[in-house]
Amino acid sequence: MVPHAEHFGDEASRQDAAHMGMWIFLATEVLLFAALFAAYSLYRLAYPEVFSQAREHMDLALGTINTYVLVSSSVLVALAIASIRKGRDLAAGVLLAGAVLLGITFLCIKGMEYAHHAKDKALPGAHYAYDKFAVPGASLYFTLYWIMTGIHAVHVTVGIGVLSVLCGQALSGKFSAAYHTPVELGGMYWHLVDIVWLFLWPLLYLA
Amino acid sequence: MSLPSAEPRLPERHYLNAERGLWSWLTTHDHKRIGLMFLGMLLLMFLLGGIYALALRIELLTPGETIMGRLAYNRAFTLHGVVMVWLFLIPSIPSAFGNFLLPLMIGAKDVAFPRLNLASLYLYVLGAAITLWGMFEGGADTGWTFYTPYSTATGTAVLPVLLGVFVVGFSTILTGVNFITTVHTMRAPGITWMKVPLFVWAIYGTAVIQVLATPVLGMVLVLVMLERVAGLGIFDPARGGDPLLYQHLFWFYSHPAVYIMILPGMGVVSEAVCAFSRKNPFSYRVLVLSTVGIAFVGFLTWGHHMFVSGASVLGAGAFSILSMLVAIFTALKIFTWLGTMYRGSIWITAPFVYVLGFIFLLFFGGMSGVAVAVTSADIHWHDTYFVVAHFHFIMVGASLMAFLSGLHYWFPKMFGRRYPEAVGIGTAVLIIFGFIATFLPQFLLGNMGMPRRYADYPERFQSLHVASTAGASLLGFGFLIIAIYLGWSLRHGRVAGRNPWESRGYEWLSESPPPESNFHEPMVFTDPPHDYSKPGVEPEVGRAA
Ligand code: HEM
Ligand SMILES: [Cu+2]
Repeated sequence: MVPHAEHFGDEASRQDAAHMGMWIFLATEVLLFAALFAAYSLYRLAYPEVFSQAREHMDLALGTINTYVLVSSSVLVALAIASIRKGRDLAAGVLLAGAVLLGITFLCIKGMEYAHHAKDKALPGAHYAYDKFAVPGASLYFTLYWIMTGIHAVHVTVGIGVLSVLCGQALSGKFSAAYHTPVELGGMYWHLVDIVWLFLWPLLYLA
Repeated sequence: MSLPSAEPRLPERHYLNAERGLWSWLTTHDHKRIGLMFLGMLLLMFLLGGIYALALRIELLTPGETIMGRLAYNRAFTLHGVVMVWLFLIPSIPSAFGNFLLPLMIGAKDVAFPRLNLASLYLYVLGAAITLWGMFEGGADTGWTFYTPYSTATGTAVLPVLLGVFVVGFSTILTGVNFITTVHTMRAPGITWMKVPLFVWAIYGTAVIQVLATPVLGMVLVLVMLERVAGLGIFDPARGGDPLLYQHLFWFYSHPAVYIMILPGMGVVSEAVCAFSRKNPFSYRVLVLSTVGIAFVGFLTWGHHMFVSGASVLGAGAFSILSMLVAIFTALKIFTWLGTMYRGSIWITAPFVYVLGFIFLLFFGGMSGVAVAVTSADIHWHDTYFVVAHFHFIMVGASLMAFLSGLHYWFPKMFGRRYPEAVGIGTAVLIIFGFIATFLPQFLLGNMGMPRRYADYPERFQSLHVASTAGASLLGFGFLIIAIYLGWSLRHGRVAGRNPWESRGYEWLSESPPPESNFHEPMVFTDPPHDYSKPGVEPEVGRAA
């Protein structure tokens, strides 16, 4: 089934437009995070020691596992797109379901980390009361940590929603070798979410 | 101008009567209807902001308290600024005229993503509602700039206002994504990049700025909201944060936003100048390249808002020089428009009078902009009425005049009827004089030291304040007349016919008002836009009989 919009000359130009719109939207997402990375750079320059000591208060193992989880889910999404291009909708649906599960895993692990920080009272802003790391600027580090990973987690949640819908549609046979633009667009979004994490992980856990 | 022989008649079926009932409007995907609904909302917002402008001017009529207390004054100028900037001027020309005209001007049936377009309208309405609810419930008193740390500390209802502006920003982003994609993918055969109408170029440049700058604003608004809710401390010096970060991020958006406000106006003027001088643009290329140039350099000048916030000498100098680059592009445009008019056969109409007002006032606004971009001078003028006058010359003197010019120029296109031209011309002159009377005194006041955002002032400033308030009443009166005669013309205006201005703009090739899908047949465009070089020859029209 190929839904058609009358205002386009043909299906190919419709797909072109959809891809282009998605690329532009992804550019806006990059700029959204750019504001946060600017804030991060500023405070890293202002409090260099805090930012280098902060690493010791992060759970490197969980962060690294999460990186693997997210990258794996991106691989599954890429495979799903490759399958649907060949018209194999069952395989695509299953792969997308796997990606959704990995996304949920990511959020669960992130939640565990948040719980640890909350127990230590390493909370953002005015609620910061972490006694093992009570130097000036430490609360700013944790504030940035919470906001950056928090807003990223919001994006992961949205992405899980998108992928779940696509998974359902793929399993019910909506897509084919001829028509699968939504899967490609959803995949692009998920890859962006993944790439943002690939910047957050070194900045917050390794640096 | 030669009149068509027979009295023209309205086409029987057009986008306004193709479907009937409120529901057909609320669920429409037609870019023309969406543009019209935006126009209605925007005019409503303009009315609201205008009422508050008059209230401010009345308060400033006499020193001391005239009609409102200090907190009420702060809330009033915040409401005026928030409504005028975020809810009126930023969306104005792109969302209303851009939506209506962009597909028509490139021979498309609609924008690339019609449903997204409707979503953008609803987001706008939602955001405006949240903002206004906040303003009337608790009334933020921060000014439209929401500077920290005041905006994170004040007891007034800043939160809903920030949230509303955030939502409106989303609407802007969606519109921008839609327009860029439309221009790239939906141009009809024959419209190569160098044959894209100048208004479309302007809207395209604006959309690029909207898409790249608005997310930064969105994020900084979220940070301020979180700072209020959870006491983040990012902008709070007491917790080691840096309030200047707010200013950097805010102006990284809000300076380009100035070009979101002025570029579409420049597009309108480029169209109208050609149509009413009956001449090809003096240089199409210069107009296009300066549009692109402004869109680009606009991103590199935000620091000029922070000369007195402790910017380094090097930084301030760099921002000062970069700011002046924008003036060069603007001047290029002004010379091109003048060159277009030179030895053209000028046709004085209401849209053209607004164009003249636009060019004259933009010149003043621009020159005062160069003046405040000089660091040493800005230290004197910053936060005085000089700056208020400067930005009103750009925002009202230029952008609003362009908006009015477009409103008159395309009124027959949108509704198929004409307004009384003589009344239109008279009102335009009245408005331009009212404008000068309102804002010229403010330059003098600022230079004498009258600070911005003060409800009170010493006796010796009074005569200039009275002049300004008198001018504002004139302006208000002018807008009232416009509302009356345009409202009247909706039903009773003379039927315009397809192309009452005998314009060569592509949008006039379709009927007025246009049919549902813009053209009865797929269009092929052979002539360049704005081509007046073949007098009397109707441009190639691929229309159904
Ligand atoms: C049409 C007649 C208008 C009049 C008489 C008027 C008058 C005023 C006055 C008296 C103020 C307060 C300045 C102060 O006390 O610091 C003000 C502020 C402002 N106006 Fe207007 N205004 C008009 C139109 C507009 C329009 C169309 C816009 C933008 C689209 C606009 C944008 C602003 C902004 C952004 C501020 C805030 C300035 C600040 O925060 O200091 N105004 N205006
Ligand atoms: Cu600026």
